[in-house]
Amino acid sequence: MLELDGVTAGYDPRHPVVRGAHLTLRPGEAVGLLGPSGCGKSTLAKVAALLHRPDRGSLTLDGTPVTGYRHRAPRALRTAVGVVFQQPRLAADPRLRLHDLVAEPLRATGRRAEVAAAVPELAERVGLGADLLARRPHEVSDGQLQRACLARALVLEPRWLVCDEMTAMLDASTTAALVGVVEDYRARTGAGLLAVGHDPVLLARWCDRVAHWSEITDA
Amino acid sequence: MNTVPAADTGTAPSCPAVPAGDVLRVERLSVRFRMRGRPPVAAVSDATFRLAAGECLVLVGESGCGKSVLASALLGLLPGNAETAGSAFLADGLDLLAADERTLARTVRGRRVGLVPQSPAAHLTPVRTVRSHLEETVRALGGAAVGTGGRRERAARVRAAAERAARRAAFPPGHLDRYPHELSGGLAGRAATALALVGDAPLLLADEPTTGLDRQLAEAVVDELRACTRDTGRALLMITHDLAAAERIADTVAVMYAGRIVETTAAGEFFGAGGPRHPYARGLLDALPERAFTPVPGVPPELGALPPGCAFAARCPKADALCAGQRPEFTEGTACHHA
Repeated sequence: MLELDGVTAGYDPRHPVVRGAHLTLRPGEAVGLLGPSGCGKSTLAKVAALLHRPDRGSLTLDGTPVTGYRHRAPRALRTAVGVVFQQPRLAADPRLRLHDLVAEPLRATGRRAEVAAAVPELAERVGLGADLLARRPHEVSDGQLQRACLARALVLEPRWLVCDEMTAMLDASTTAALVGVVEDYRARTGAGLLAVGHDPVLLARWCDRVAHWSEITDA
Repeated sequence: MNTVPAADTGTAPSCPAVPAGDVLRVERLSVRFRMRGRPPVAAVSDATFRLAAGECLVLVGESGCGKSVLASALLGLLPGNAETAGSAFLADGLDLLAADERTLARTVRGRRVGLVPQSPAAHLTPVRTVRSHLEETVRALGGAAVGTGGRRERAARVRAAAERAARRAAFPPGHLDRYPHELSGGLAGRAATALALVGDAPLLLADEPTTGLDRQLAEAVVDELRACTRDTGRALLMITHDLAAAERIADTVAVMYAGRIVETTAAGEFFGAGGPRHPYARGLLDALPERAFTPVPGVPPELGALPPGCAFAARCPKADALCAGQRPEFTEGTACHHA
C-alpha cells in the first residue's frame, strides 16, 4: 500500500501548493492522477516519491510510516520507489553517458557488481542500442533520453513507480512504447504505479483507475 | 492607447491582416551537420513544401527526426557545424537560407518570421519578469505601439502594448510581474507565444507549442494560434508531436521521418476515414491512446547512418527488397513504394 493521508505540501508554508491530499494505492494497482497544469500534482508526486517533505500529513509505504525524505529516508524505503520525471533534460546529469546514467542507482547503493549484467538487459527492454548507451544526453533526442531515465527508474526493481508526466514531452509512438515498458515491468514484478498526467485519454487507457485532482484534495 | 483597439475589449485577439499569396516556399531544403571523426549527420533531407497565407501546416514526427532543425534552419539559428542546401523563399523573395546574419537579425526574426520556441521556460531570461520580456520586445520591434511623445507617454504605451500582447496569448495579467521560475510550464508557454506575436510577423513558426500543457490548455493555445494566423491571413508552421493539437489546427499535415518529409496530406483526409498513405504515418496514428495504442515497432535510424533505401524499411510491415535497396521518391504527396 502507498498511502498519502492529509498531505499538505509546498515551498512556502504560508501558501501550500497541495492541501489535504488523500490517495491510497493498493499493491500492484495502477492509479492515474489527473489535474490541470500548475495545480500541484507534481509536488504531490514528489512527496509520494520521498523527494519532498510535506508540511503536514503522512506517507505510509507498505505499512512503514515515512519520517525522513530525500537523503534522510532510509535506503530501503528510497529504493522502493522509482521515479520518472517530465523533462528528461532536467533529470539527467549532462556529464554522464547514458550507460552510467542507468547504472548510477546500482553504484549509489553498493550494487556495482550487477551493472555489467543489468544495464544492457534493461537498455534493450527500453529500446536503447549499444551505441546510444555510449552517448551523453546532448547527443540524443528527448525520447531517447526519457527511455534512459525510465531504465534508471527500473534498475533497482522498485515496488512502486511514480511517473510524473513521463510522456508529456514525447510523441505518440514513444509514449506507447514507454507505457508498454512500464506495463511489462509491472506484469513481471507486480509493482504499483502512480501516473501523474493531464491527458485523460492516456491515463484511462493506461491505469486501473483515474483520480481527479479535485477529488483527492481540499480547497 | 488606441493603436490596436480591438484587443482592449479583452475578447477577440487582433492581428492586422496581411496580403494573400505564398508566405513561405521551401525547396529541397537539406541540413547536414559536420561531425569530428564521424560521418556527417543528415538532419533534414530534401524538404519541400509551401505555405500559403492563412494556411497552417503541421509538421509531425517522432522526437529526433529533424523537425526542430528545420525550424532553426529557417531562422538561421543553426550551430556553426551545420551546412544547408536548397532554398526557402519568403513572400517578398528573400531566401532565408542565403540571407546574412545582419538581414536575419534586423528584418526577419520577430518581424517577418515569429518563433515560439521549444521548452519556452528555458528561453526566458531567469532574472527578468515576463512584463520586462514583453516590454523589451515591444521596444525592440518598434512599430506603432511605441511611436513618439514624451518618455512617460512612450513607457505607458509600451506597457499597454505588452499587456495586450499578453492577453492575446491568454497570459493572465496578474502573473506579468513573475519571474520565469515562478511560472508553470503552461504559463511559460503562453509567455513565449505572447512574445512571438508582438512583431505581427506574416509567418509564425511554433516549435512544440503545446508540449507539457494539459489538453484544455493545449487546445486554448492552439485556438489562440489559429485566431492569430488563419483568421488574419498569417501562415503558421507548427512543429509538434501532439497529434491531437495537429488535428485541431492543421490545414495540411506533413509527416517527417528520419529527416525526410514522407507524406503531405490535407488534414481532413489524414485524420479522417481515408487516413494517411505512408505506413509510418499510419503507425504514428495507431500509437495514439484513443486508437490502438501500439507503438511503431523498433526505433528510428541514426541520422548519421541512414540506410541506402527507405529509412523506414526496417520498421515497416510492407517492406520488401525494393524498399531496402532504393530510396522512394516523393511523388503525389508521399514517399513510399507501396502507397
